[in-house]
Amino acid sequence: MTISDGTGTAAPGPPAQSPPVDRAGAAAAAPGGASSRRGWLGGDGGESAKRNLVLVAVLIALVAIGAITQAELYSDSTWVWNNFLSILQLASVIGVVTVGMTFVIIGGGIDLSVGAIVALAGVWATTVATQSYGAAGMIFTAIVVAVVVGLINGLLISYGRLVPFIATLAMLVAARGLAAQISNKQTQVSTNAVINDIASSKVLGIPLLVYILAAVVTAGWVLLNRTTFGRRTVAVGGNVEAARLAGINVKRHTVLLYALSGLCCGIAAIMLTSQGTSAQAAMANLYELDAIAAAIIGGTLLSGGRGTIVGSLLGVIIFATITNLFAINGLSTEAQNMVKGGIIIAAVLVQQFRFKAITRFLARNKLTRTT
Amino acid sequence: MSQHSRDLSRRRLLLGGAALGAGTFLTACTSNEAQPTQAQTKDVAAGGNAAPGEKVVIGFSAPAADHGWIAAITNNAKAQAATYTDVEFKSVEAGADAAAQRAALSTLIAQKPQVIVLLPHDGKELNAFGLEAMAAGIPVVNLDRAFPDARAYRTQIKGDNYGMGVAAAAYIIAQMKARGVSSPVIGEIPGIDSLELTQERSKGFADTLNAAGFKVQRRVPAEFTADTGQRAASQLLQALPKLDALWNHDDDQGIGVLAAANQAGRKEFIMVGGAGSKKAMGDIQTDNTPLKATVTYSPSMASSAISLARLIGQNKGMADLVELQVPKELVLASETITKENASKYLKFGF
Repeated sequence: MTISDGTGTAAPGPPAQSPPVDRAGAAAAAPGGASSRRGWLGGDGGESAKRNLVLVAVLIALVAIGAITQAELYSDSTWVWNNFLSILQLASVIGVVTVGMTFVIIGGGIDLSVGAIVALAGVWATTVATQSYGAAGMIFTAIVVAVVVGLINGLLISYGRLVPFIATLAMLVAARGLAAQISNKQTQVSTNAVINDIASSKVLGIPLLVYILAAVVTAGWVLLNRTTFGRRTVAVGGNVEAARLAGINVKRHTVLLYALSGLCCGIAAIMLTSQGTSAQAAMANLYELDAIAAAIIGGTLLSGGRGTIVGSLLGVIIFATITNLFAINGLSTEAQNMVKGGIIIAAVLVQQFRFKAITRFLARNKLTRTT
Repeated sequence: MSQHSRDLSRRRLLLGGAALGAGTFLTACTSNEAQPTQAQTKDVAAGGNAAPGEKVVIGFSAPAADHGWIAAITNNAKAQAATYTDVEFKSVEAGADAAAQRAALSTLIAQKPQVIVLLPHDGKELNAFGLEAMAAGIPVVNLDRAFPDARAYRTQIKGDNYGMGVAAAAYIIAQMKARGVSSPVIGEIPGIDSLELTQERSKGFADTLNAAGFKVQRRVPAEFTADTGQRAASQLLQALPKLDALWNHDDDQGIGVLAAANQAGRKEFIMVGGAGSKKAMGDIQTDNTPLKATVTYSPSMASSAISLARLIGQNKGMADLVELQVPKELVLASETITKENASKYLKFGF
């Protein structure tokens, strides 16, 4: 049996001696790997499904708090629908970034440069020279720049043997510097109607940005759960050595993971540029932290090897809902940040206790299947 | 060397001036018609400050700009210096924080400028540098972010943050009264909320509104960038289904605020901006967005700071004033730019 993966390139391991490579990799990553196809919305059986259920419960609680504190607003069904869409729009850009980040973290790395890549790609697309090539030119430029930066990250980490934290930290600084240089430290206003209309367009009453988020999330989910690339990501993040022995080209795979993160940043850059009808070097500030936080809340293990796209999406939506909740109640950003910090700590604590208490509670009340 | 004696002589000069002033004050009081004496007025023709004088080396430092306003500060300073044949301009960029700026400034001192113009990251953090430079005999012109210690600067020129809030509120109050809105829903989008300047702006805004019986309904801070402005505004508009007036503290941020209003299909309110960017002035002139006015916080103060530094270096006063020396402190007025006067202010836009 030969190794075939979605990327169409052969792994270097000698095919003759190979056991089912990806199965082996996944098994090395997580004991439950063999049953990875069964879990709904997740790759590790019932565990992530339960985790996601808890996140949904948190989300419902947040909405309930909103409905209680702003009963007047919530009595208007049109407003409630618009608010729901507004939360999704708020989540859209960071959601796209988080999908890429989830892949990188599951693969055992970290990408601190995502915010800077978004800014660089946005600025590159909106400088006058680029804008003169029209919307297609702007989108193409943003994506190419972002993917190239992602590739550089990946190459530095894989072949330069830099620790991901250091490599992407350096890129964070460098990419923002370059963005400031290119933009001449000015806010670059987008004069392109097509780009500017992306954020205000609606299809069937739902904003276009929400469709883009849905498309990226779906693609990410399929890539993680239904392709060789996805299983290899889990394998590399779970146990690099085992993955290597199983014949996975770990170095090349790592490069691709960072390029994928870059690709997501490029898409996000266009979305964000459209939202603000401009780009500047300081945009997407601290998106790296938001994306990492959302992924962790979604159950992605920071040491790699485990995580789900749906969990990350829920993490992003929870943060957007908190922001929305605080805005409609007129509460301060400081309080909001403290709440967000508390939620991150709570999520990690819960992760450490492996959901035992909650799982037991859910099982006792027949709210979910037990593994 | 002569720092000590110079201080003394200045003190003597001041004392003498005070005595002279008191004397003229007394005579003015005693005489029936208060004729200004020669000492109190200035011949217009005497104000020939533009004429080249002795050469002045001006050192300049401002934080690395990630924002249009700071970029304009540096550009303006450079451009103003270039207009003088007798000014040599030595600029160091201040890097990302107060420590980096301190390091940059120490290299600047080594180049022995006669005067230093400085926009500190934070006046409090760089106060010690001001003291040090002044003690070394280099007068410091503080640009915009005041030193708490009066001995740390020779002259301070800054914008009026409180006044911006006052001006924005005054415009909104007038508009609401003109439209007959008795209890308007007013929103506010400040910049980085932890900054003192933001708090001053908000206080001026709230104080003035309160005096007219109005109040701010919702306040959602952003971070001086268009993308954060968009995010804050979309949430603020969500919280207020009907809005009468909105003050957004910063025009760069305002690009995003206007985008959010457009995306939400909301234009029932009037918006006032802050700082006075070219884009904002253009929007006000075109008048097809909610943006009807912006209150100034002009980076032209950097140009003025260079002019003042030159005069200090040449030991001259400001031509239109009677005083022999440049004043210790100047606070710009926050002006309101509307459709009517936008063309006049356009050259100050950044």
